[in-house]
Amino acid sequence: MTEWRRPRHLREALELLGESPDRYRIVAGGTDVMVERHLHPENAPAGWLDISGLSELRGIARLETGELRVGAMTPLSAVREDAAVRESWPLLAASAAVTGAPAIQNRATLGGNICNASPAADNPPVLLAYGAEIEIASAGGVRRIPYSAFHAGYRRTVLGQGEMVTGLWLKPVPRGSRQYFRKVGTRAAQAITKVGLAAVVPFGPDGTVRGARFGFSSVAETPCLARTTAAALEGRSPLAVPSGEIGALLEQDIAPISDLRSTGAYRRQVAARLVREALQAGHFQ
Amino acid sequence: MAVEMTINGLPCRSTADPACRLLDVLREEFGLPGTKEGCGEGECGACAVLVDGQLANSCLVPVGQLEGAAVTTIEGIPANSPVAQAFLACGATQCGICTPGMVMATVALLQDNPRCTREDVRRGLSGNLCRCTGYARIYEAVLQAAGDLPHD
Repeated sequence: MTEWRRPRHLREALELLGESPDRYRIVAGGTDVMVERHLHPENAPAGWLDISGLSELRGIARLETGELRVGAMTPLSAVREDAAVRESWPLLAASAAVTGAPAIQNRATLGGNICNASPAADNPPVLLAYGAEIEIASAGGVRRIPYSAFHAGYRRTVLGQGEMVTGLWLKPVPRGSRQYFRKVGTRAAQAITKVGLAAVVPFGPDGTVRGARFGFSSVAETPCLARTTAAALEGRSPLAVPSGEIGALLEQDIAPISDLRSTGAYRRQVAARLVREALQAGHFQ
Repeated sequence: MAVEMTINGLPCRSTADPACRLLDVLREEFGLPGTKEGCGEGECGACAVLVDGQLANSCLVPVGQLEGAAVTTIEGIPANSPVAQAFLACGATQCGICTPGMVMATVALLQDNPRCTREDVRRGLSGNLCRCTGYARIYEAVLQAAGDLPHD
């Protein structure tokens, strides 16, 4: 019988991980790891560390600093429904609402969606666009790094031995920013994303772009920020950017492949159109 | 390790491997074959059940997570319940594989949102696939169960 550990306190979970980091696979909502277990039973771990009993990792709190902390074990249905998220970080409510379907959102967690580290995951582009920070704990302590530094390569993260993600931190969005989210897939629910974009576009008093952030899914080996494109748009009016230029800029930022869901050429075209749409008419979809 | 939970209100003790899927525990350990396996990957919703009142795909729930949980399956929905009666009245079933999941998704939706609109129904059942036919009669059944359809 498989070893199954279900600690009630974070400290206990971190001690188990610290003692034998290679022994356990972490399971939170299970919606990704249970698929893997079913398709590839030969890769099953020696033991499972079930963190679903850690109430410390659940919940959403708005702090006096204006920051929002989302516990890693918070299910996406709670993210989708949270009043503070909907009011001030609406892109996160939008991405949670299109991750799978309701049955998935009831179990799947924000931390799990990130740690599964799929380039097609729906919530990472939003966290990139908001400039989120990720809280990582081990038996030795807690660290916080920019989420944009979390993904190290295809399905790899910077999590070290004995570490786990415990929360996400979001800063207030500059007033008057245009916010945009769009997932392009074969249908609205359940589909795995062909191209996804989350964008936050703040404007200066003169109506020019100031510090835009474009977070993409499914156009590179990791969820990624379009940094070159954002830098080139700085200080310009969104209406003064020719659409051909956006496509050329994105070549520096994205490297989409052709796979069973789409082609590289289609993804390039759609990525450029999404950026243009984000600049001209921010909305949620 | 044994897991104690209730299934359709009855106390049950599973001695299956804790990494085992709830779907298999229901069908094989407890002899409840009403919950169907469609895709086995969380895409189709045929295996949907309620866990502590929330819709979940039982193919993705390891039984080790269910200590103290209340599980409701299609066997726990009485044949004379408004949802089952509405599915019957509207002919909202064809081959039947998706039906248990559709019914469980409907029960979950109506419990959270008894005055749901057609759009709410589309969203609430968006994780449940029917490969026989369209969804029109299924949506009608949900709306009828919600008492939203005019009766003439």
